[in-house]
Amino acid sequence: MRIGLFATCLGDTLFPDAVKATALLLTRLGHEVVFPPEQTCCGQMHVNTGYQREPVPLVRGFAEQFGDASIEAVVMPSGSCAGSVRHQHEIVAARYGDAALRSGVATVKEKTYELSELLVDVLGVTDVGAYFPHRVTYHPTCHSLRMLRVGEKPLRLLRAVEDIDLVELPEADSCCGFGGTFAVKNADTSTAMLHDKVGHITATGADICAAGDSSCLMHIGGGLSRIRSGTRTLHLAQILAATRTAPYVPTEAVR
Amino acid sequence: MTTTARETVLGRIRDALALAPAPEADVPRAYRTGRTLPDADRLALLTDRLVDYRAEVHPCTAEETAATVAAVLTPRGARLVGIPAGLDRTWLTAYDGALRVDDAAVAPPTLDALDGVVTASAVSCAETGTIFLDGSPDQGRRALTLVPDLHVCVVDLSSVAVGVPEAVARLVPDRPTTLISGPSATSDIELERVEGVHGPRTLDVIIRTDV
Amino acid sequence: MSTFLGMPAAPPRAPYGAGNLRGDRSFPKAAHDELRNDQLRRNLGKATHTIRAKRLAVTGELPDWERLRDAGSALKTATMNRLPDLLEELERKVTERGGTVHWARDAVEANALVTELIEATGSREVIKVKSMATQEIGLNEHLESRGITPYETDLAELIVQLAHDKPSHILVPAIHRNRDEIREIFLKEIPGVDPELDAVPAHLAAAARAYLREKFMTTKVAVSGANFGVAETGTLAVVESEGNGRMCLTLPETLITVMGIEKVIPRYQDLEVFLQLLPRSSTGERMNPYTSMWTGTTPGDGPQDFHLVLLDNGRTAALADSVGREALNCIRCSACLNVCPVYERAGGHAYGSTYPGPIGAVLTPQLAGMHAAKDDPNSSLPYASSLCGACFDACPVKIDIPSLLVELRHQKTEESGTTAEKLAMKAAAGVMKRPKVYTAAQNAARLGRVAGGRSGTISHLPPPFNGWSESRDTPVPPRHTFRSWLASDEGTAALRDAAAEGARQRAAAPETPDTPEEDR
Repeated sequence: MRIGLFATCLGDTLFPDAVKATALLLTRLGHEVVFPPEQTCCGQMHVNTGYQREPVPLVRGFAEQFGDASIEAVVMPSGSCAGSVRHQHEIVAARYGDAALRSGVATVKEKTYELSELLVDVLGVTDVGAYFPHRVTYHPTCHSLRMLRVGEKPLRLLRAVEDIDLVELPEADSCCGFGGTFAVKNADTSTAMLHDKVGHITATGADICAAGDSSCLMHIGGGLSRIRSGTRTLHLAQILAATRTAPYVPTEAVR
Repeated sequence: MTTTARETVLGRIRDALALAPAPEADVPRAYRTGRTLPDADRLALLTDRLVDYRAEVHPCTAEETAATVAAVLTPRGARLVGIPAGLDRTWLTAYDGALRVDDAAVAPPTLDALDGVVTASAVSCAETGTIFLDGSPDQGRRALTLVPDLHVCVVDLSSVAVGVPEAVARLVPDRPTTLISGPSATSDIELERVEGVHGPRTLDVIIRTDV
Repeated sequence: MSTFLGMPAAPPRAPYGAGNLRGDRSFPKAAHDELRNDQLRRNLGKATHTIRAKRLAVTGELPDWERLRDAGSALKTATMNRLPDLLEELERKVTERGGTVHWARDAVEANALVTELIEATGSREVIKVKSMATQEIGLNEHLESRGITPYETDLAELIVQLAHDKPSHILVPAIHRNRDEIREIFLKEIPGVDPELDAVPAHLAAAARAYLREKFMTTKVAVSGANFGVAETGTLAVVESEGNGRMCLTLPETLITVMGIEKVIPRYQDLEVFLQLLPRSSTGERMNPYTSMWTGTTPGDGPQDFHLVLLDNGRTAALADSVGREALNCIRCSACLNVCPVYERAGGHAYGSTYPGPIGAVLTPQLAGMHAAKDDPNSSLPYASSLCGACFDACPVKIDIPSLLVELRHQKTEESGTTAEKLAMKAAAGVMKRPKVYTAAQNAARLGRVAGGRSGTISHLPPPFNGWSESRDTPVPPRHTFRSWLASDEGTAALRDAAAEGARQRAAAPETPDTPEEDR
């Protein structure tokens, strides 16, 4: 399959390892990964902060870069960005776009997937041949869970990983408190939420907390690092991309 | 001419709907309705739900009604019991305490002197353990089943519907209707359920299985 | 009237300064203080976790729960579309059955109306059933200013009233108080209470029963709200637990019911949906202990003098917003509060309104506006959410609260003029829509690596990010962006190796791909 990869602005700039893993995983599974170089950002932060005029060029750009019919599916290693493309782009287009934008947005959203959806629903694979001999707990992230309804898909992928020690996260479905600018505008409340999430994670004794969204991982990782917990965060894609021949090797300090 | 509040509010609503028109929406009623269950199953379900909410359940036959009513009232220490004017008096032939037939002319506070009250019921819902009173002559005015601390309610199994839609369908809308699911309760303190606040603190349900 | 002129006018919000639809400071400022209240945190954490489990248990019992939600949602939407007709039908039916219907444009008018009706009876006291509408309009405060004493009879409302406090939850307004605090309040405020009263909830409830019994027996006038008003029959419904509602609706001579205009439902049969949705969502019970339904007046049974006050107070302003009007579908179950991680930590008072939690964050700004004054606290409410979506899943009438929050945030920024934040957003979008500028900015961002020093993390950031960095480390940008890796020899080699390994794996084990399937 010819798959368009959207790196997301956060992934491209701050968490490239998660995007690399996505590209390597899909390539290893025998698919052609294309990266439209004009891509930047889905505009989620703008919309979620109340700005719908400003991201119109971003919405248009996304629809143009991935609208080509030769791209059979679009994937991104982020539940919230996929949620934005699927649920918010049409709101922006309806309000501030023209007919061409509305039509472009409607077309591209139909083939846009978060990574676990693409693997399980579209590519029909749950065992991706990964090897990951570490103790992992999984945080499902709100937008994957409740906006995209990915359900158990990420866990099914993780359970199929060779030698993984997957431990259940208590109160997994509660928010970590990130919420984009929420963590800045309501830092106190966000901190209280983060504290509980970090407590549940450390209680599992996991070496690694995994999730399908680098933004939530940045938030949780920031909290884990601040208390020097010794637990690191890792994107789901990085676990699925690890194999016996190309095992996971930490590249950055624990955070 | 001044505009009345009625005209203003209705005008605002029409303005609002003109500013933001919405397409007509069909109501999908795909939820369960028209369910039936055998007598034994409805009895078991209703009993389970009533007991779950701390009501006492006493199954009996029509013939045993009077004996059961007496057997419920006496251990409760009920010596003065109120009844609605239209209640079947044969239900109380075995009870040896005093009876007071309710009269709407009597002020509700006097009902506070009663040890308990015995009534019939209109409809029940098994799935939720709910008894519906509708003010019929054998159930009386609403105050009668509210002020006394003990309510003994007779439910005929034939009047027990499976679920809420089936029960609501049997109601007469313009009658004053009270839905009762267990004794009065509150969860206002730390969400811990406490039975018995202002309504009757004890609810005895006599289910007549052959009626 | 505007409709006669052919040009519809936007209906007004609830009047500024009347009632309880606006706090005195923004949500972040209020939450900052509330979060330091350890007792509140413990009480709320315990209560919300308890009720969540109960709700999930009883909603899980019904195989048609989702179909009931669909029906409830559609019923409410259909009601809003036909609101004028339904209200007139309700008015006609109530009047036919011996009741009197009044209309109130806003809180000020409703308060004056109810006061007049009470004064006409000669009574100087009223007993009250817990009611969101009368809390919203500040009826108690108004009555007290006119020398009329209102007695709240719901246990939690009584606790709040005796403590000179404000409700913090739609269903359990004293959820922020624990049993020991309640005991203290009762000992101090209930005349003649047993000084040996302990903190056992059953004993506290018994003390309230004894105190209120005499009020129920002697007070001639009651004021209530309504959960539902059936247009077809003129039937009103109040859903409750303790029996205080039955007392108020049955024993007094006069009953005054204040109902928001959005509480009307078309048909009596529709109760079959809402009587399943509401109790299971609110208290987590299959059915609440008591529901009272009455139609006008009934000779020999209950109040012979019945007044229904239909209240606007900003509801028509919400109705005029095609997105925001969904908030009017709310049936006040409070499930969204109980599952909300923000409510769970900050508590109800931080919202400053009668309506706290997620539904309050979308309802309050629509009823009362977000720009009634400079730095209107209500303009912070749509931001009092991480958009986690738990509220949407819990809502029995499927109000898409996260989408409403995003919509209200948009309205807020549109009405706020030029702000530093807007300029920053414009600048960010300006960078991101030009890939070359974007790449340059990424390169510039990597200079931030210096800030991380050897640890690779940044622990202090300047405002407005200082709140973030108070409890979170921030990673420094890595050496390479994804796109630079992809364009590098290293990236090309890695992808080539991955493709080769995949080919080897497939050759070793000719795969039979799993069939795609849905999880839910």
